[in-house]
Amino acid sequence: MAHATGDLSSSDIEAYLAQHERKSMLRFITCGSVDDGKSTLIGRLLYDSKLVFEDHLAALESDSKKVGTQGGELDFALLVDGLAAEREQGITIDVAYRFFSTEKRKFIVADTPGHEQYTRNMVTGASTASLAVILIDARKGVLTQTRRHSYLVSLLGIRQIVVAVNKLDLVDYSQETFDQIEADYRAFAAEIGLHDITCIPMSALRGDNIIETSERMPWYSGSTLMHHLETVDVEDVQHEGSFRMPVQWVNRPNLDFRGFSGTIVGGTVKPGDIVRVVPSGRESSVARIVTADGDLNEAVAGQAVTITLADEIDISRGDVIAAASDPPGAADQFECHIVWMSDEPMLPGRPYLLKLGAQTVTATVAQPKYKVNVNSLEHVAARTLELNEIGVCNLSLDRPVAFDPYAINRDMGGFILIDRYTHNTVAAGLLHFALRRADNVHWQAITVDKQARSVIKGQRGCVVWLTGLSGAGKSTIANIVEQKLHAMGRHTYLLDGDNVRHGLNRDLGFTDADRVENIRRVAEVAKLMVDAGIIVIASFISPFKAERQMARELVAENEFIEVFVDSTLAVAEQRDTKGLYAKARRGELAHFTGIDSPYEAPEAPELRIDTSRSHTADIGADEIVERLRRAGVFGALSDGAQ
Amino acid sequence: MRALTHLQRLEAESIQIFREAVSESERPAMLYSVGKDSAVMLHLAIKAFAPSLPPFPLVHVDTTWKFHEMYEFRDRMARSVGMDLLVYQNPECVEKGINPFDHGSAMHTDMWKTEGLKQAIDKYGFDLAFGGARRDEEKSRAKERVFSIRSAQHRWDPKQQRPELWHLYNARVRPGESVRVFPLSNWTELDVWQYIHIEKIPIVPLYLAAMRPVVQRNGTLIMVDDNRMPVQPGEVVERNVRFRTLGCYPLTGAIESTASTLPEIIKEMLLTTSSERQGRVIDHDSSASMEKKKQEGYF
Repeated sequence: MAHATGDLSSSDIEAYLAQHERKSMLRFITCGSVDDGKSTLIGRLLYDSKLVFEDHLAALESDSKKVGTQGGELDFALLVDGLAAEREQGITIDVAYRFFSTEKRKFIVADTPGHEQYTRNMVTGASTASLAVILIDARKGVLTQTRRHSYLVSLLGIRQIVVAVNKLDLVDYSQETFDQIEADYRAFAAEIGLHDITCIPMSALRGDNIIETSERMPWYSGSTLMHHLETVDVEDVQHEGSFRMPVQWVNRPNLDFRGFSGTIVGGTVKPGDIVRVVPSGRESSVARIVTADGDLNEAVAGQAVTITLADEIDISRGDVIAAASDPPGAADQFECHIVWMSDEPMLPGRPYLLKLGAQTVTATVAQPKYKVNVNSLEHVAARTLELNEIGVCNLSLDRPVAFDPYAINRDMGGFILIDRYTHNTVAAGLLHFALRRADNVHWQAITVDKQARSVIKGQRGCVVWLTGLSGAGKSTIANIVEQKLHAMGRHTYLLDGDNVRHGLNRDLGFTDADRVENIRRVAEVAKLMVDAGIIVIASFISPFKAERQMARELVAENEFIEVFVDSTLAVAEQRDTKGLYAKARRGELAHFTGIDSPYEAPEAPELRIDTSRSHTADIGADEIVERLRRAGVFGALSDGAQ
Repeated sequence: MRALTHLQRLEAESIQIFREAVSESERPAMLYSVGKDSAVMLHLAIKAFAPSLPPFPLVHVDTTWKFHEMYEFRDRMARSVGMDLLVYQNPECVEKGINPFDHGSAMHTDMWKTEGLKQAIDKYGFDLAFGGARRDEEKSRAKERVFSIRSAQHRWDPKQQRPELWHLYNARVRPGESVRVFPLSNWTELDVWQYIHIEKIPIVPLYLAAMRPVVQRNGTLIMVDDNRMPVQPGEVVERNVRFRTLGCYPLTGAIESTASTLPEIIKEMLLTTSSERQGRVIDHDSSASMEKKKQEGYF
């Protein structure tokens, strides 16, 4: 199967195996649309390298007659179009991986669609590729999509480009046409920093210059596509860099062995090398490089090993063991490119999980500085990023991570963002550099601290966060709570839409992005007030779990009391104290929670007050005050609890 | 700088996947089907965690219809590597005596394997299971992720797959959901055999040609592995055969072969013209059948 082996006598087999066990591997991506004949090209590579089995071929012949686009002739595209729905639509809609091998190399091909809406798939396919084959239809020349593909490829750090000028058979194998396309492409590529370019004239359908040199283009003296793929030098740049190994797993089979398991993503390492652990900054030297096949004298980028150190230092998953002479940086604020991959738009200010190497931290993305129009490469102002959009943003993490710029090391600078509730991967990002801003804001050493302020007030600061639908009774309850606390001599402050939206948040509307920012600012204000020792009562619809979680995490664990003021939509709408539901129903008010914008109910609030049933606002307020008492907010300090 | 060979790179990639999966799950397990892919997967798992033992059990979703040699091999391997082996048999199948002769191959496979797998995962509360599937086996597998999310009902949604970039895998799931992880995603059948050869990985002897008792059914040679198989007098003949894949013996076609060593198998494979899964009866229904099965929860 898998290759052009020719006849193999049994005496050759051991030699054959020995040779094939020494093959190298090349991962590449193909970019182009269905119309460029991309699937046909891949099908042809598989077919001509004798990768297609007879039973697959039989299925191909019958499918070609049924749904083929080649008038009953073999339609190679059908070999690679995978899922049933796609086959019916006649398009490839996701990333598929294909395999073939020759005597010299094993190839993994990421086959990705070329339609604009599938930027995310191309970025995914490109992330592991070290070479890109960009298809151009000889009849059409360099198109907008060619520029888009080339930009994405260069963004993802692929340096080797093969331009496959396809369908030369449809332009009479014209050298003039080919030369013009090559000149056009090179001129454009230079602008975006692509220099290592090989242009090959071909016909995937007819097999010209795929495996065999075409007799129909005697004017072309370069490599065939296969020959180029087999011989091109694509040593990973990572090999040249300094030693980097993110720790994936701490290996402790017994008390006498403590090893750090991971894959080397840069440089080389030998026993005796001085290494630094980032971010902690501790140094030691490599004692052993352990593998199941015995200790190694040296390990290189790409190898998965277990390292032991000469000194007992504290290292856990996510730390990076690196060359002490040239360690990676550690920072918590960055400028980065973000490729948004979710149907839900990016919400600046919302916390997402960020995974970089084996490190997972919480990250918030600032409003984009700009987004990139992938067709014109123009910078466009943006407040958020939608599916398949690419932007440049600042990123802020909850703690420092070890990193190298993406352009220097893909594995040390490429990250994904994960939604904290759906757990979906919503974005890919490329770190460029750390922002120094964080370093410049030195926290003043404060002698008057939170505890000092609390002592003088005889209470512990905390946040009572009331969430629920409009009309559920939040404000009523919040007001009564504040009155009761005030009567008890407590220091309080009530934050609600009325006193915040008219001032601090005057610039915000009611889109999802603005709602997130609204709550983020409120939460930050609440945090400062808690620091001042005040009992903050925050009354906001706050429809999204993620933002309530963020508000909770800004203060200490025992300083946040979430109160779910629970009412059915029907009851709240019936009350409609401000007449807002009626307006929303008439279509005069967009993004109204419960009508055309979702409310995500709390799963485990500290307190739930059901106002559509027996609870009166006064009983609800009493329950909150009692809860504060039990939490030790009043006079906790005099009890010595802190 | 010395470049790694393709097998070294595949090995390192699989080890990275194992370590990542274990670090990001609560209760991982390895689905061990006793075949050559499972053998390679187990070998890689041992390498990934050495000198520790892999921190998860082996789970065999059994049908009671595997070859005898597979059961012997399974128990021997579990003992020699020292990992826990959990054998699960769907109790409803045991009770009703589900078998391929009376109930047909489709129901047999669905109830023992598909249902049995879901039950085993639910029973032990595994949130992550390693499987030996490869992308080169079948077209719908080519788009499967390395980390593939299953709903609480064990369904696979090809439209809701998480993008996988660089070597970053997202194993986060909600309660009830689980992850199937395929460390051999980027291996081909030839890679698997070459690796078995150079690493000297033990495999079930059924992969090597020997004289075995077989009958011909619908143009396929089926080995008579025990007396549960109904046969006509004089129907059973001795042939020199081997198997390219291993499953339930009444559903696994043998091929006539004299290849009794690994190099001979590899040589035969290089010259062969039929794909590996052709020997499996369940794939024959329609070209989109595997995709349907996967959506329903087949591994």
